[in-house]
Amino acid sequence: MSSEREIVFRLNGREERASVSPRLHLIDFLRTRYQLASPRVGCEHGVCGACTLRVDGTIVRGCLFLAVQADGKDVETLEGVSASGELRDLQEAFVERNAAQCGFCTPGMLITAAELMRGGKAHDREEIRDHLSGNICRCTGYEAIVDAIESVLEQRSSGRTS
Amino acid sequence: MSVAEAPGGGYVGRSVPRPQARRLVEGQAQYVDDILLPRMVHAVFLRSPHAHARITAINVERAEAMPGVIRVFTGRDFAEVKTFAGVLAHFQGMKSAQQPCLAIDRVCWCGEPVAVVVAETRHQAEDALDMIEVSYEELPVVVDIETALDPATPVIHPDIGDNMCFERELDAGDFEAALDRADHVIERTFRFPRHTGVCLEGRSVVGDWHSAERRMTVYISHQAPNMVQDCYADLLGLPESAVRVICKDVGGSYGIKTHVYGDELATCALSMMLGRPVKFVADRLESFISDIHSRDHRVKATMAVTNEGKILALGFEDRLAVGPYSVYPRGSAVEGNQICNISGQWYTLEAYRARIETVFTNMGPYSNYRAVGHPVSVGFVEGMVDAAARTIGMDPVEIRRRNLIPDDAFPHKALSGPLFEVMSHHRCMDEITRLMGYEGLRAEQTALREKGVYRGIGFASMIEITNPSAMFYGVGGIRVSAQDGCSVKMEPGGSIVVLHGCGEQGQGTETIYAQIAADAIGVPMETVRLVTGDTEVTPYGGGTWASRGAGVGGEATWQAARALRKNILALAAMITQSQPGELDIVGGIVVDRATGEERISLAECGRIAYFRPDTLDNFQPELMVTRHFVPKQFPFCFTNGVLACHLEVDIDTGLIRPLKFWCVEDCGTVLNPQLVDEQIRGGIAHGLGPTLYEQCLYDERGQLMNGSLVDYLVPTTGEMPDTVVGHIATPTQESEIGAKGAGEAGTAGTPGAVMNALNDALAPFEAELTDMPFTPEKVLQALGRA
Repeated sequence: MSSEREIVFRLNGREERASVSPRLHLIDFLRTRYQLASPRVGCEHGVCGACTLRVDGTIVRGCLFLAVQADGKDVETLEGVSASGELRDLQEAFVERNAAQCGFCTPGMLITAAELMRGGKAHDREEIRDHLSGNICRCTGYEAIVDAIESVLEQRSSGRTS
Repeated sequence: MSVAEAPGGGYVGRSVPRPQARRLVEGQAQYVDDILLPRMVHAVFLRSPHAHARITAINVERAEAMPGVIRVFTGRDFAEVKTFAGVLAHFQGMKSAQQPCLAIDRVCWCGEPVAVVVAETRHQAEDALDMIEVSYEELPVVVDIETALDPATPVIHPDIGDNMCFERELDAGDFEAALDRADHVIERTFRFPRHTGVCLEGRSVVGDWHSAERRMTVYISHQAPNMVQDCYADLLGLPESAVRVICKDVGGSYGIKTHVYGDELATCALSMMLGRPVKFVADRLESFISDIHSRDHRVKATMAVTNEGKILALGFEDRLAVGPYSVYPRGSAVEGNQICNISGQWYTLEAYRARIETVFTNMGPYSNYRAVGHPVSVGFVEGMVDAAARTIGMDPVEIRRRNLIPDDAFPHKALSGPLFEVMSHHRCMDEITRLMGYEGLRAEQTALREKGVYRGIGFASMIEITNPSAMFYGVGGIRVSAQDGCSVKMEPGGSIVVLHGCGEQGQGTETIYAQIAADAIGVPMETVRLVTGDTEVTPYGGGTWASRGAGVGGEATWQAARALRKNILALAAMITQSQPGELDIVGGIVVDRATGEERISLAECGRIAYFRPDTLDNFQPELMVTRHFVPKQFPFCFTNGVLACHLEVDIDTGLIRPLKFWCVEDCGTVLNPQLVDEQIRGGIAHGLGPTLYEQCLYDERGQLMNGSLVDYLVPTTGEMPDTVVGHIATPTQESEIGAKGAGEAGTAGTPGAVMNALNDALAPFEAELTDMPFTPEKVLQALGRA
């Protein structure tokens, strides 16, 4: 086993220092070291999207991203995004529209959807579906998720909420 | 009083959001892998690379020397754990070999646990796994459904005689006479692939043995906590009172998590052996080879029909291939048995002949998965109906209208045996064609064909077994509760706690119980808190399977909450010096029934009951009540519905694009329309997957060829279209709330509807497909273009 490496990174806005094994992926690292539960381990081969989180503002598959790669980077999980209030309207819409059933895919869905929202533009359902096509949900059949995102995109682009 | 007349806030019947969803959207759900206990260690299983082999030697020395490893265990180390076999006594002739929790001397499927490493961390356990040396001597495998029973085929378990798990025949009416009278006898063979649930959260368990108290706490991702308690107590040799099962959030289940799995049971046994909490979480690759699979049928069907579209008779032979053992405790034979019981029974048949053969193979474990048997029954029957309609040149809606049991002909005794209380096939068909704009879609189809665009419309009428009584398992000696218990308690401040034996995995069970309790008592729903998923504190219940949570668990909630209301009113009457009949509870306040004037708050009732009972003379308030419910009059509550699919086929590539689904289902009282609709939609995704994409592909050596999410395709947003859901509500009289199940209709109806839409689209080419999944390759072959 290779020796551990020192990394310094920001985690949900706070600077952290850690010593990590080079083979450790980011999700195992965040879950075991910081007990952050929202990034979920679904497949560990980059398909299901349950582990989606943000690194330097871009969504990545946490299971395909090594903890050492986080060195010098800004890592955000749903815990941080949730606390900042950035997605409050979308989270509310997910509850109202029942866009989360078992909830296991939900953090990844929200983080993925958040990227679509950043442009402040409206997107039609096909574009929303395209954007979410790398996130698997086995409960909902996706319609409620698309509905929730569509409604918030409409609200945001018409300026009715923040 | 019925639920529709309840005095409360009128929550029942409204699309109330799920309060529990809030923790999901904030990333605060708690699945088993999130549970961290002091001194907890991690179990990782070594699984057989062979489908059938003798284990000649296992050497664990190098593995045990690896960093962090506490010990490596093999099958023989679990000698104290009982073996198990899922055999239902009421399934005549059913058999299975006994299964150990880890293989001993022989492995029978690729993925069977052979050894387990326990280490301080999961990484350490996984590292050590590669150091275990196992010598195998390969044995011949049984993987071919067609030859599994041939004399030349090896018998997997010689001590049970042959590879037949369960066979059943049913013959009702004069089948031969019906064939003679028919203008056409249609024959087709259908294939339904082996597929699996792919819960995003893998199976997970933490066993926490407390040696001083001799008590086991099991944190498990499961649908039936009391079943786990009963089975684990028995298999681990403990009294049931020594086993506490806790199910917190469950990351998908769909029937996959209603079974006893050897690796999960072994994890708890390890905790007993080591005196430490032990965690096991299945990763994706081992989920594919160790979760139960389902379906895998070859159905040869015959239908007798007249030129007027009257279906006279239905006959079929269904062979289905299960794993090497009948899965414990529910068995691997319910799928076939359901098919015998329900196929085509929504039509007014004159004769019915069924034969099912459930055969053992060396493929992975197989048991009940969402809509057990229904997708196959509905799929092949509805495929036959459309084949008949095409043969006689009749519209598929019309032929169904001519054969569906009339809505006013209930109760109806099915040819296969069951008694149907009430159904609404014709109203459902009227509603779905209205929602679809059926005539318009047909006109569009014709116009588009002129332009070389091939769209198809397919229907599937169906029935569904829900709200099962003890006739499902109990009579067969299977200790799975058919009844549900609910306790409802008023706390001193007037808030309500509902403790229920039936929990949830995202369906919204807790929400509908809160709606029911709030209405039954007359309190705001936000004052109702649910406690489920802990056998230590909840009344005994069956859990979620066979669409029973709403109809059975919901009625227990209603009964308990009504009883509590009565007790609260008696208390309030005592305090206010009035008669209970003069009072009502509205919005959490006891009011005068006649004037609506406030008499006393529930908080004041609670204060007096709990802290100043001395003021009540000899009156003893009872502010916690428990009620249980199980259906008695009808052993099963059969629901009905119809599902339709609109799709487009690219005849150059063979790609099928689902455009839209419609479903009209009659689940009786609709407790929460949004939650029902989302069950339908989610169910459709589980039906669409194996119709177009999903299949567990085994090679001739019994190796699963596509056991990863890269190779096993599940529907994504790109494939799942939107679904219009409609409701016809014909409440069951079996209960006061009148709710039937709704969780499986989407899964049941989708394969047949998609198949019919596909064949409708390809009708101009006289191409017909009946071999699911309908891959582009198969479509092109059918078109003669491959």
